[in-house]
Amino acid sequence: MNAEVRAIKTPAEQALVSAYERTRAALPSSSAVADLRDEAFKRFDAKGLPHRRVEEWKYTDLRALMRDALPLAGAPDAASKAKAKDAGKIFASIVSRKLVFVDGAFVPELSDLSPEAGLTIGSMADALAKGDALVAAHVGKVFPTDDIAVALNTALMGDGAVIHVAAGTVLERPIHLVFASSDTPSSNFIRSLVVVEKGAQLTIAESHEQNTSQVHAALELVIGDEAQVDYFKATQTRGLHVASLILNAGANVKFNTFALNSDASLVRNQSFVRFSGEGSVGGLRGVNLLRSKEHVDTTMTIEHAAGHCASREQFKSVLDNESKSVFQGKIVVKPHAQKTDTKMMTRALLLSDEAEAYNKPELEIFADDVVCGHGATAGALDPGLKFYLMSRGIDDKQAEALLIQAFIGETVEEITHEGFRDALMNGALEWLETRG
Amino acid sequence: MPAVQETVDRVRQIDVDQYKYGFVTDVESEKAPIGLSEDTVRYISAKKNEPEWMLEWRLGAYRRWLTMREPDWARVNYPKIDYQNAYYYSAPKQKPELASLDEVDPQILETYKKLGIPLREQEMLAGVVRRDQDGNVLPERRVAVDAVFDSVSVATTFKEELKRAGVIFMPMSEAIQEHPELVKKYLGTVVPTSDNFFATLNSAVFSDGSFVYVPPGVRCPMELSTYFRINEANTGQFERTLIIADKGAYVSYLEGCTAPMRDENQLHAAVVELVTHDDAEIKYSTVQNWYPGDADGKGGIFNFVTKRGDCRGKNSKISWTQVETGSAITWKYPSCILRGDGSRGEFYSIAISNGMQQVDSGTKMIHLGKNTTSRIISKGISAGKSNNTYRGLVTAHRKATNARNFTNCDSLLIGDQCGAHTVPYIEAKNSSSVFEHEASTSKISEDMLFYCRQRGMSAEEATALVVNGFVKDVLQQLPMEFAVEAQKLISISLEGSVG
Repeated sequence: MNAEVRAIKTPAEQALVSAYERTRAALPSSSAVADLRDEAFKRFDAKGLPHRRVEEWKYTDLRALMRDALPLAGAPDAASKAKAKDAGKIFASIVSRKLVFVDGAFVPELSDLSPEAGLTIGSMADALAKGDALVAAHVGKVFPTDDIAVALNTALMGDGAVIHVAAGTVLERPIHLVFASSDTPSSNFIRSLVVVEKGAQLTIAESHEQNTSQVHAALELVIGDEAQVDYFKATQTRGLHVASLILNAGANVKFNTFALNSDASLVRNQSFVRFSGEGSVGGLRGVNLLRSKEHVDTTMTIEHAAGHCASREQFKSVLDNESKSVFQGKIVVKPHAQKTDTKMMTRALLLSDEAEAYNKPELEIFADDVVCGHGATAGALDPGLKFYLMSRGIDDKQAEALLIQAFIGETVEEITHEGFRDALMNGALEWLETRG
Repeated sequence: MPAVQETVDRVRQIDVDQYKYGFVTDVESEKAPIGLSEDTVRYISAKKNEPEWMLEWRLGAYRRWLTMREPDWARVNYPKIDYQNAYYYSAPKQKPELASLDEVDPQILETYKKLGIPLREQEMLAGVVRRDQDGNVLPERRVAVDAVFDSVSVATTFKEELKRAGVIFMPMSEAIQEHPELVKKYLGTVVPTSDNFFATLNSAVFSDGSFVYVPPGVRCPMELSTYFRINEANTGQFERTLIIADKGAYVSYLEGCTAPMRDENQLHAAVVELVTHDDAEIKYSTVQNWYPGDADGKGGIFNFVTKRGDCRGKNSKISWTQVETGSAITWKYPSCILRGDGSRGEFYSIAISNGMQQVDSGTKMIHLGKNTTSRIISKGISAGKSNNTYRGLVTAHRKATNARNFTNCDSLLIGDQCGAHTVPYIEAKNSSSVFEHEASTSKISEDMLFYCRQRGMSAEEATALVVNGFVKDVLQQLPMEFAVEAQKLISISLEGSVG
């Protein structure tokens, strides 16, 4: 049905509109950025929060789920900065360059800003205010989308990381973006930009440890020809987390992304990925571990605009209690993107009769010489396998844990970086141990 | 990999400019005034001499329709339909009472002859001798036909013989007169008048269609069939079919359709409702061959159809089989509501689009009862500049424990200007349900080819054999009478198909 024209705004929408109108002048903006914000805000103002009538948000009705919008975060105080020192535990075992953000604001004194050849790091707030050339060239332009969550982020974007890796630079040490929150719940609008030039290599991770805050994040990732990027994201939240990954890959690129959501009350991870050069290979993977009334939505559009590229998407969800998982994956093969090779798989493991799994793997193909496949399954643990383990003296819970580990292991094992593979698996095991 | 040449040739043979049924029959007809209003609804009801309750039912639907919007979520594009610039009722002029088939307008009889539809009982599939596996001649197999010409049913065959078996098979307009209690009990219970834009429109202005009731324990002695023909220009066809299989009954029903070539688009908005009680089974097959428009996309039928089956009883079964080659736009999702415990739903489909055709079709399997199972096999082939979309929903509600679904959909593209799309919705709401969906590339296995070749077959023969086995997933579900129509499709290979 047609989206109806609405005049009435929900309290959350009203709060966001007035937040924009009140803070517009104070938001970091050059004149070009101010125009970008206005244009994005206009779209949000017209459409409102995405709701179930918007096909891409069918199963995650933000208008219903977001009862109100929290006030925008203020500058972090000393106490919250001190607390943030220990944040990002999940990736603590990996030797990395840490960049720390509290309530979405960059904290330079907690961050490792030591110089390294070919690497430039900055704060998004500074770059927006100064009218930085890199930001002007890429923000909002990596893969334009009419998604309202992205528009809302663009209108209110505050701070984030701006990272540039010069051509041919191979960064041995991963960069870890640590997002921590203070004790005061707030709305955070995080925007980051990562540009990896031709032939460069980067491993980058994001960890979110969030209280009941509302986080609206977007990361634009530009990967130049022949570059290699690995991107990991681990999210824990007791509030709302809406994140967009906007990725554009050039020719002969290799990239992998992995997202782990555990103890995440309401998460929407959406990806907009475009293959714009030939010969690139990309993998998108993820594991969701859900319990109580948690709701995790993984939605992606993978656009193959150039031929001879391959992509693999593999997502697994384990659902306990009354949790809900949503997977919507759309692979688009544009005309003339011949020899595209894609395979998408989504599997849901339901541990409870109250859990719900929604899977929608979509294909949209306009080229005739391609191999595209997708699969989706939903079901419970195999009682035969469980019995086999129990007959060998392993108790009920442990047998389930072993089988769940094997289920998600298939996806985690695909991670080539040993440190991150172990860290993410340990994160998953921790969840299994606390499963009552 | 691209499609094999043989497939390309086969699909070419049924391309839009090869349409064989595009002739017009010259008969005088009687039409309702152009446009749609309460008066049109009253006119149709009065023409059919309907009881008051039926008119009220229609008017209720019409008023509801006025408040509804046309759906726009399907992947189809078409110019806005002007609902006021079409005729909603058109019937060939005829004598008030027909004593026998001889009194039907010879022009119309000629039309059906040309279309290959036997209306005279003695001519039924003349010359077809069927044999069983040992070569013994089987008893003659017959098909009862209800022929619908524009808005009215012109002939129904084998009525007497069916009556002896207790089966009611008659045009909907007659059923309203003769079996109002059955019509009242079932009409609109599967597809309510408020269901969707096109179904509601149909409820207001439907003119005819078939009504089938198979009493408890009866296995319908022959295949039932309806042949729909749009003839008049600028008219829409709105037929309504209602099939009820009572406890333990079985019926197989076939449906075919064609229309003349015309430059303007014509609307076909049908509703089909199926009801099965305990242990009953309905098998519903469609060969849809409406005029698809010309190579530039001019003209053609807009096929906006709502088909739904309700497995009300325990262990009942509904099976949909469709071969779709016609229509400028197809928008249909034959569905099964698996309400009874242990009920089963099946959907087998081959959709082939050519020229500028747009197909958005699929199914819904709604598991409500315990131990319900469903199976979906869909094959889409797009060529020319067409777009072919599979859109399907599989859902198991909380109480539908041990529900099972298996879905397999393959698509094949011929040429680089067409599109193939898959949009499956899979919703699991309890842990004991098992859903599997796959959209796989089908390659012919080297082992199978080698096996055939070492027994002396050529590579081409071996390929054809393996491919036939593959597409037969769908075609074997078609009753024999339709196998002829589907023959040309049988050698279409899906080699080179994409997800």
